[in-house]
Amino acid sequence: MINLLAVSWGDFYFIIFAGVACIFALGVLLTSNVVRMAFYLIISLGATAGLFFLAGAEFVGAMQLMIYVGGTLVLLIFGVMLTAQSRFISMKTHPRDWLLAVIVGGSLLMVLLTAAFGVPEWHNEQQVQAAVSSLETADSKTATPLGLALTGVRVDKLDQMDQQLKEGMSGYLLPFVIVSIHLLVVLIGAAYMARAKRMVRFVREEEPEAPGENQDQE
Amino acid sequence: MFTILATTTVSMYLAVGAVMFVVGAICMATKRNAIGVLMGIELVLNGANINFIAFGSQYLRPNSLGLDGQLIALFVIVLAAAEAAVALAIALNFYNNHTSIDVDRADELKG
Repeated sequence: MINLLAVSWGDFYFIIFAGVACIFALGVLLTSNVVRMAFYLIISLGATAGLFFLAGAEFVGAMQLMIYVGGTLVLLIFGVMLTAQSRFISMKTHPRDWLLAVIVGGSLLMVLLTAAFGVPEWHNEQQVQAAVSSLETADSKTATPLGLALTGVRVDKLDQMDQQLKEGMSGYLLPFVIVSIHLLVVLIGAAYMARAKRMVRFVREEEPEAPGENQDQE
Repeated sequence: MFTILATTTVSMYLAVGAVMFVVGAICMATKRNAIGVLMGIELVLNGANINFIAFGSQYLRPNSLGLDGQLIALFVIVLAAAEAAVALAIALNFYNNHTSIDVDRADELKG
């Protein structure tokens, strides 16, 4: 009989969310049906948002759910629906490509896992206990510091004593503005590229044909 | 105190991020559907984001990255949304021109 009070629920939920994220990411890889891939990707990214919540980044977790799961994946699902002919729903990959990709990916995974567990400070349980005990309160309100940091004020590092370090700790106003303009330009460009082009053809068919003018059409 | 689960550390977050990154990279390499390649890119970006959040978490290490990790993760999320919009527009354009979404057919620019 497991004493339920002794179970550390943060670790328990970490195992759950990490397992769901990894297993459904593998599902995205292993299924060849593109509709199922989209569904598995939604679950995997939702579990990733759960991992963000567990790490104390609740604002980023909420943004993950709203922008990724609510926005980007809806866009992808629209892409799936707009291109959903039966011969594209399920496209098989050649086994030779699978073999090569799995060999390269497996060695990359080995390198990354070795690096992840190679630094003793990163998997030291005393570090976790020291970090948790050094926090005064267990609540995590990151939305206001994040918003202020985006406008250029770092309220989270006001007590930084080292003057040299403090100077380098600027806010993120310039990247924020650059990303905003970038997003605007990108969305205008995407709407321009994905626009319906049938209107042009329709207007051209309506025009009376002048002799010698339709040589540029295909 | 009696615990049956290992304490969550930064390394475990990094391991989850590594698995998602590698799965996304293999997805990008093997999928023939252009939308599938896009999904692989999303997985790669999320794997990287998990690492940023783990290094920025104050619950896992005393001297963490702090708010910088979360800010970079936010920028990655926003840029991933922009990237998905453009890539989807390109994929739809390709589909309109070729009536195919197979990336193996996109070989007009081959040298």
